[in-house]
Amino acid sequence: MMTSPAASTVPALLEVDDLVKHFPIKAGLFGKPSAVVKAVDGVTFQVAAGETLGIVGESGCGKSTTARLLMHLITPTSGALRYMGAPVGTMAMPLKAFRRQVQMVFQDSYASLNPRLTIEDSIAFGPKVHGVSTSDSIGRARRLLDRVGLDPIRFAGRYPHELSGGQRQRVNIARALALEPSVLILDEAVSALDKSVEAQVLNLLLDLKDEFGLTYLFISHDLEVVRFMSSRVLVMYLGKVAEVGPTESLYNSSAHPYTTALLGSMLSMDPDHRRTAAPLAGDPPNPINPPSGCRFHTRCDFSAALCSTREPGLTAVTALHSAACHMADPASGHPGKSSATAAKRVVST
Amino acid sequence: MNAIGATVVLEPVQRSPGYWATVIRRFSRDPLAVGAGIVILLFILMAIFAPYIVPHDPYKGMALRRLRPPGSEGYLLGTDELGRDMLSRLIYGGRLSLFMGVTPVFIALFFGGIIGVTAGFVGGWINTILMRIIDVFFAFPSVLLAIALSGALGAGIANGLISLTVVFIPPIARVAESVTTSVRTRDYVEAARASGASGFRIVRTQVLSNVAGPIFVYSMSLIAVSMILASGLSFLGLGVKPPEPEWGLMLNTLRTAIYSQPVLAALPGLMIFITSIMFNLLTDGLRSAMDIKA
Repeated sequence: MMTSPAASTVPALLEVDDLVKHFPIKAGLFGKPSAVVKAVDGVTFQVAAGETLGIVGESGCGKSTTARLLMHLITPTSGALRYMGAPVGTMAMPLKAFRRQVQMVFQDSYASLNPRLTIEDSIAFGPKVHGVSTSDSIGRARRLLDRVGLDPIRFAGRYPHELSGGQRQRVNIARALALEPSVLILDEAVSALDKSVEAQVLNLLLDLKDEFGLTYLFISHDLEVVRFMSSRVLVMYLGKVAEVGPTESLYNSSAHPYTTALLGSMLSMDPDHRRTAAPLAGDPPNPINPPSGCRFHTRCDFSAALCSTREPGLTAVTALHSAACHMADPASGHPGKSSATAAKRVVST
Repeated sequence: MNAIGATVVLEPVQRSPGYWATVIRRFSRDPLAVGAGIVILLFILMAIFAPYIVPHDPYKGMALRRLRPPGSEGYLLGTDELGRDMLSRLIYGGRLSLFMGVTPVFIALFFGGIIGVTAGFVGGWINTILMRIIDVFFAFPSVLLAIALSGALGAGIANGLISLTVVFIPPIARVAESVTTSVRTRDYVEAARASGASGFRIVRTQVLSNVAGPIFVYSMSLIAVSMILASGLSFLGLGVKPPEPEWGLMLNTLRTAIYSQPVLAALPGLMIFITSIMFNLLTDGLRSAMDIKA
């Protein structure tokens, strides 16, 4: 299962089709929606078995909402989700069966463990729900604790507040694995850890992926970590997919100006090539009232007239790499980077 | 994967003291709260074994020895307006007063807890409907509501219990709703949901253990209020009927003696005062014992 990473030949394990989530903002006595936050607005992607798909983007771009939609923790406004070709939530793939296949690790390691349950009881909860006997569930919990690097004798009977952040996140990983899932959604799972612990947990995740044949959805705002972990990367901007492609292709030759700006925000390792210009000015626009046409045109260096009127679709740059930018589509009529208005951008030190 | 599925004999592991064990340990180090608990326990024992410890029959009066002051020969705390032994009546009165204080709160804890946890966990329009109904009861001052209900139902112990229960359901439901609402959105509840557990199972295994403490402490604090309200109902003639000994009712019947025997008239009130103070101290101790990170 693990040996063929070629995304094009392996049928998609998880297919997300035009996923939309609008949060109504209620106002007034009878809660008539006065506006909607378009948190996720038509997101389509596939996850192949055995790959790690990294999802990056600024705060509020819809990364975590997408994760919660995938877990069915919130119901989508519209859109479809298929697991191995079967629509989730139907007879072919009931929600409970789906949840056994797809598990999630949350960012806040403390909030995601019940403070009243011992570590082993927290991990054993999932298997018990799915009909595994209590003693077998506890046994499984202890073997998983051992596997994530925590001695069961010392840790199984402890409570979450007695553990460090890194230890708790290991427990959360064990809890997610207790249902023997095939897909793990890691929603900023290492973001709250300090760098040395983060590296340990990332290596643990890589080992577990090989051992259990897992598929990862790795959501993070940390571009270096995503590059380290992912085989493919998906860039989100204001609830939409900006660009998706194989990691090295995307990091080395990004086709979307937003991706370029995002990568430009990474810290340089070379003091002689320190970047002085801000890669991007301003804040992301309000998702209640996103810009017309291309959502990025208000901050884009290469914005042309058509960018504010026509919305670009995902266009293939290479076979596996596509971007939602008019410049990626020669037929769009965009004048291209030659007419760059970049000079007008405010340069700050 | 195979290693994960095999059955093994579970070895003993190191265990940390659980939350409740920690609470009990912290509580036991609070002398004031423990003292209050002991006093309440003594009162309860006194009420249970009243027939064996009273020096006189609390119902039998004698016109010749009316309103003897405390310290009279043979009558340690004197006699009441009908010549009945005060000590015996105060001991017997504890039975009804404690019963009327504790029972409505526990019945209300059961119903109010169910209403509040349901509203808090389910949320949405069910929450809105349940909590707006609860709000209607909040519109009445609790004393007024208890009096109105008892008045409508008629005097008697059972009706007093019912009206006090109805008075305490709304505040308990409100507290239960607010703590449940705050727990519902925690990540561990989301994680439990993501593992495919049903809502009822999540409430039972994940939510209740986290909300039970605050709801219980709040209910404990209502016991003192309930005792005072129950006594108040009896004082107004809406609760216990004569000749039953009950502290509130005794306060009423002895009020005419307030000028001739003020100490005697104050005794039932003193009992109500001591008991409610003790319940408050116990609640405070419990609250601070439960105020830990875990």
